[in-house]
Amino acid sequence: MSKGYTWRITLIVLFIVASAVYLTPTLVSSLPSWWGGVLPKDKIHLGLDLQGGTHLVMEVETQKAVEGSLDLIATDLEDSLTQKNLRFKKIGKLGGDKVQLTLYDRGSADEVVKLVKKKYPDLETLPLVDEGGFVNLQLRVNEKEAQVRKDRAVAQALETIRNRIDQFGVSEPIIAREGINHIVVQLPGIKDPKRAIELIGKTARLEFKLVDENVNAATASPGSIPEDDELLFEKRTDPQTGAVSETPLVVKKKAMITGELLTDAQVRIDSQYNQPYVGIEFNSTGARLFDQVTAANVGKRFAIVLDSNVYSAPVIRERISGGSAQISGSFTEKDASDLAIVLRAGSLPAPVKILQNVTVGPSLGADSIKKGLVAGLIGVVLVVIFMGIYYKISGMVANLGMVLNIVYLMGALAALGATLTLPGIAAIVLLVGMSVDSNVLIFERIREELRLGKTPHAALDAGYDKAFLTIMDSHVTALITAAVLFQFGTGPVKGFAVSLSLGIIINLFTSLLATRVLFDAFLDRVHVKRLSI
Amino acid sequence: MELLGKTNIDFIGMRKISFIISGIISIIGIIGIIQISRGVANMGIDFSGGTSMQLKFTQPVTTQAARDALAREGIKEVDLQEITDGNKLLIKMRKSSTGDVKVADHVQDALKKEFASNPFVVESSTEIGPSIGEKLKSDTLMAVALSLLGIVLYIAWRFDFKFGVGAVLATLHDVLAIIAVFYLMHKEVNLLLVTAVLTIAGYSLTDTVVVFDRIRENLHKSLKDPVIPIFNRSINEVLSRTIVTSLTTFLASCSLFAFGGEVIHDFAFALVVGVLVGTYSSIFVASPIVALWEKNPAEVKA
Repeated sequence: MSKGYTWRITLIVLFIVASAVYLTPTLVSSLPSWWGGVLPKDKIHLGLDLQGGTHLVMEVETQKAVEGSLDLIATDLEDSLTQKNLRFKKIGKLGGDKVQLTLYDRGSADEVVKLVKKKYPDLETLPLVDEGGFVNLQLRVNEKEAQVRKDRAVAQALETIRNRIDQFGVSEPIIAREGINHIVVQLPGIKDPKRAIELIGKTARLEFKLVDENVNAATASPGSIPEDDELLFEKRTDPQTGAVSETPLVVKKKAMITGELLTDAQVRIDSQYNQPYVGIEFNSTGARLFDQVTAANVGKRFAIVLDSNVYSAPVIRERISGGSAQISGSFTEKDASDLAIVLRAGSLPAPVKILQNVTVGPSLGADSIKKGLVAGLIGVVLVVIFMGIYYKISGMVANLGMVLNIVYLMGALAALGATLTLPGIAAIVLLVGMSVDSNVLIFERIREELRLGKTPHAALDAGYDKAFLTIMDSHVTALITAAVLFQFGTGPVKGFAVSLSLGIIINLFTSLLATRVLFDAFLDRVHVKRLSI
Repeated sequence: MELLGKTNIDFIGMRKISFIISGIISIIGIIGIIQISRGVANMGIDFSGGTSMQLKFTQPVTTQAARDALAREGIKEVDLQEITDGNKLLIKMRKSSTGDVKVADHVQDALKKEFASNPFVVESSTEIGPSIGEKLKSDTLMAVALSLLGIVLYIAWRFDFKFGVGAVLATLHDVLAIIAVFYLMHKEVNLLLVTAVLTIAGYSLTDTVVVFDRIRENLHKSLKDPVIPIFNRSINEVLSRTIVTSLTTFLASCSLFAFGGEVIHDFAFALVVGVLVGTYSSIFVASPIVALWEKNPAEVKA
């Protein structure tokens, strides 16, 4: 055992066994019952381009989250100042990072400053400014605090989207944050991508607003209504004709109750009209508020607003104190169940914008796999025939090395949980051609040595030794570009880089070590005068 | 079996012709890159932003019929391409003029209405906003620059600076050649093409390294001999293995090109072109550059 066959052969066999074990779940349709414990159960992951599905890149409009929190602060300050009997003229958002309080005199202003500093220690209070007989107090969200809020908004959006997808029911979704404000969502094998995208992208800000009955909505325009009112529309779709009608409604800007106070939302069917609606439950704060508001406004209309669209505006007939309500509208059962999902999962802290949407149907994916396999098989056959003719038995040894290379590569992909994409399959086919290259270099070197009159054994040793550096050099350069592709590529391209770099590394093993063992073993046992090369 | 016996070809002597050919190819490639950066080449939507769809109809649809139908629905500025295998239609729209992300839905609704008797399924649909395209463009430039830099450093370390420059110029030549071919054939420039180009950049070096290795070996053996004959002899010695290694990879890429399906058709085409050009460049571009640089003054006039 001068040449150390034992460890080399052991290594080769060990890798074959390991590859076979890792590939079993992929190749066997149903695993036997004894297959358990530490044995792998995962199939090779297929990219969305192969199994079909949707890949979304979304941007969270984080600036809107900051502005939204300013609105909340303004409303909250209005309430607290009223409670403490501190008079103010106006409180509102100013620009993208400030809240301005317009107060009547310095005396109350100082008190307000004290209150604000206690209540919102994170906000920066700017010096008081006298203007036109009033005192202006500005609160600013500084850069650092804004960043914290933006960051939190993205994290929250991620969590909300995850909840929605979980409830929608997609197997093995991937939801991840990318960069500062991007969220990547992958939904493999999804049947109705349009519906899923609508569900994910909906901000779902639920608000209950009182209708301003003093304004005639039919003639109202955004400029003509009071400052604390807003003009919204109620969209109704006729279930028979599909025609959409819009009814204008003037409502109070201030929301009496918001979706944050919900604990549950479920689809129910109205027994009388057989119409679906969404039944919602409030938490204790929400229930108390709802009780108070309905008690104080009997006879008025209460608009249920989702993302600035009025779902319905029923008349408050009596005080509602049970803490539950219902949202009805002209929707189908699907719409109602999606609405229930978004209400349960909560609203997004800021709107999201879809930057990229790649959807691949399952038929194209299956077609790609089939064609990739055919191309691979034909590639293998062509190379095997060529090598067999050109290098005879030695060529067949190289072919064996190539097959070993593919088996190891597939095993490694399964073991590492890497994702196989269509370009990844292309990389494997390309590797079929590249993996015999190392052996070609070695064989040509051996032929050269034989021409110099060396014995087969000496020529073999010299061939492997002298070709070694060339092979290393060419593999390293190929690896450099593969690594760069891995670093910069996304999705399919990354799949290509993974297959390529793994293949290149494995190829070093199969071409330098595995094929050589066969030659050595043969030449040591059989005394040959001529090498079949 | 042997493809070539002992050859004795004056490769370096052919440099005038080869440099002219390579020069023309490179210039076309550079024009191609300029056009690409100006956005006037056939850009894929992953770089330009926009919408693309692949629809599979039950009956054949001509591009003209589809174009007319879309025009009637007010959708213009579309690229249509028919894939005869299986009644497929490729629809591509760059930078949606309306600024609306729902372009795909709009087009599908329009076609559903116009081709009511010929239903279709959406095989794939891609919508990409312009900001993603911009980021991808800068990422791609970064990737190409980084890999070229990595290659120069490695070759410069393993051989010497002159060889490093020769290898990189040859690699650059291959990259330009693929871009030139794609530009002239008006094929789409997309992320897969960049992937193919980078793969070829790595692969074409294999051939170059094989040739350089032998040149270096022979240079060390005969220090006093004139340089150009050594280069010629070295190339001739490794000629058959350069061709055989390329041939095996060429066979595999051809198989991908012919049988791999439409999604990677252009990608495989780029690989096929790249393998051919890569082999040519290691013999006719990389080696002559180093040879001219290495040769001693007495040979200049020869």
